[in-house]
Amino acid sequence: MTFLDRTARSFLLSELLSGMSLTFRYMFRPKVTLNYPYEKGPISPRFKGEHALRRYPNGEERCIACKLCEAVCPAQAITIEAEPRDDGSRRTTRYDIDMTKCIYCGLCEEACPVDAIVEGPNFEFATETREELLYDKDKLLANGDRWEPELARRLELDAPYR
Amino acid sequence: MNEVVTKTVEIDSHSINFGPQHPAAHGVLRLILEMDGEQVVRADPHIGLLHRGTEKLIEYKSYIQALPYFDRLDYCSPMSEEHPFCLATEKLLGITVPERAQWIRTLFSEITRILNHLLNVTTYALDVGAITPSLWGFEEREKLMEFYEAASGARMHANYFRVGGVAKDLPAGLEEKIFNWAETYPQFIDDLETLLTENRIWKQRLVDVGTVSAEQALGLGFTGPCLRASGVPWDLRRAQPYEKYSEVDFKIAVGRNGDCYDRYLMRIGEMRESVKIIQQCLAKMKPGPVKVQDRKFAAPTRGEMKRSMEALIHHFKLYTEGFHVPAGATYTAVESPKGEFGVYLVSDGTNRPYRCKIRPTGFAHLQAIEVMSKRHMLADAVAVIGSLDIVFGEIDR
Repeated sequence: MTFLDRTARSFLLSELLSGMSLTFRYMFRPKVTLNYPYEKGPISPRFKGEHALRRYPNGEERCIACKLCEAVCPAQAITIEAEPRDDGSRRTTRYDIDMTKCIYCGLCEEACPVDAIVEGPNFEFATETREELLYDKDKLLANGDRWEPELARRLELDAPYR
Repeated sequence: MNEVVTKTVEIDSHSINFGPQHPAAHGVLRLILEMDGEQVVRADPHIGLLHRGTEKLIEYKSYIQALPYFDRLDYCSPMSEEHPFCLATEKLLGITVPERAQWIRTLFSEITRILNHLLNVTTYALDVGAITPSLWGFEEREKLMEFYEAASGARMHANYFRVGGVAKDLPAGLEEKIFNWAETYPQFIDDLETLLTENRIWKQRLVDVGTVSAEQALGLGFTGPCLRASGVPWDLRRAQPYEKYSEVDFKIAVGRNGDCYDRYLMRIGEMRESVKIIQQCLAKMKPGPVKVQDRKFAAPTRGEMKRSMEALIHHFKLYTEGFHVPAGATYTAVESPKGEFGVYLVSDGTNRPYRCKIRPTGFAHLQAIEVMSKRHMLADAVAVIGSLDIVFGEIDR
């Protein structure tokens, strides 16, 4: 009986047809693809994207050149030089991140005691040349200015977990 | 006078380069196949094209800095690779991870298992000629990667399991999302099986191809689904339970024939069990700390760090110098989706590992290609490679 059953099934291509009918049914399901540049997938407040240096609301830069991020960076992508400013406060004179070295582990953000260096929500920063990915302090601060509302919101949302 | 010497010289074996650019080579495998017509006489895998010197790099990193490198070993199952390093360091330090962190680790180990098997099974189908499973599978993978992203901030290279716990607690609402997903996932496995399991083309390509007996599998150092497909019920989650595996109820899929088809069935079976483990984890998880409360090993919270001088000192100490690990050595292994993934960690009492030997899973599996594809057709060699679930990040390190 089993033999007959199996032969009949095999002869009638039952397993192929059931697979095909399943595929056919899938065709009428709602589409799951995203029309990428216009539609994007969801991103959580923890997303580790492009770096930014933040400022205080009064315009003063947050980074105090403690160099914790430089020390903890596993890829040694961060270079900092610092000296006291004319008003006596300690600030960086140079803050470079080599984005080609960075492994986006998020340790710099975790280490920063003043929330100055953060990894933002931006993941669309591809460039045409390699040199453009060697970020300096101006570029990072500009990123911070550009993304600040979003960055502040993310930090607030994630604050209970940090 | 005229002596004619007649010799028949048979030259019918020729060798071909399979990879490193071949899409079915799963990464950068360079396989030199000596062929007799369309039959494989000898398969000689050449490795090292993705060597990055991870083990040596780790000797120059503090324990905190070394962790992200583990994600990049087997990039199909990142959190399972971080796991043994965390466990090994914790063993040397003699610290115990809080309950909730253990549950989160168990949960994400199983999510990782599904993530890995989904990729393997569906791309395996792609290698063998079925396109649809991979199109469907990647949708499910996308959902899992969103969980990864919500917990750790990265879709693949998570850096989430840390020495002494996990980086951050799960965000509110994620447990519910995972629960809802786990409800629907078995239906997807059913759909996947409808396409593949009974399909005659799939079976013709897989059944009795690359058969490995239990003795052979043990002799070759197989672990994980490949070993269990040969009928050896060996699973580290059961044999030497770590984290919370002793408190969850699950079955282990064991095969009989040790061919490619059984290895496929093992992975499908494991995915079903993983869903059950995920559901149990979610049910048994309770709120609580996710890191050890000893500030020497895990950073204080930000609120604490801003208010307390002592916490600030700990924060600075941890992120610059890291912590010192007492001298000693340990071999700690976990059941990663591919098999036994172990770390042999030697510490000399400083803040950096003295030696960190990684036991990759695929390395042992790769040596079996010769045995498994001998006297099979060229197309079967592709099926053999796919069934072994080889990822070069971990083999070359």
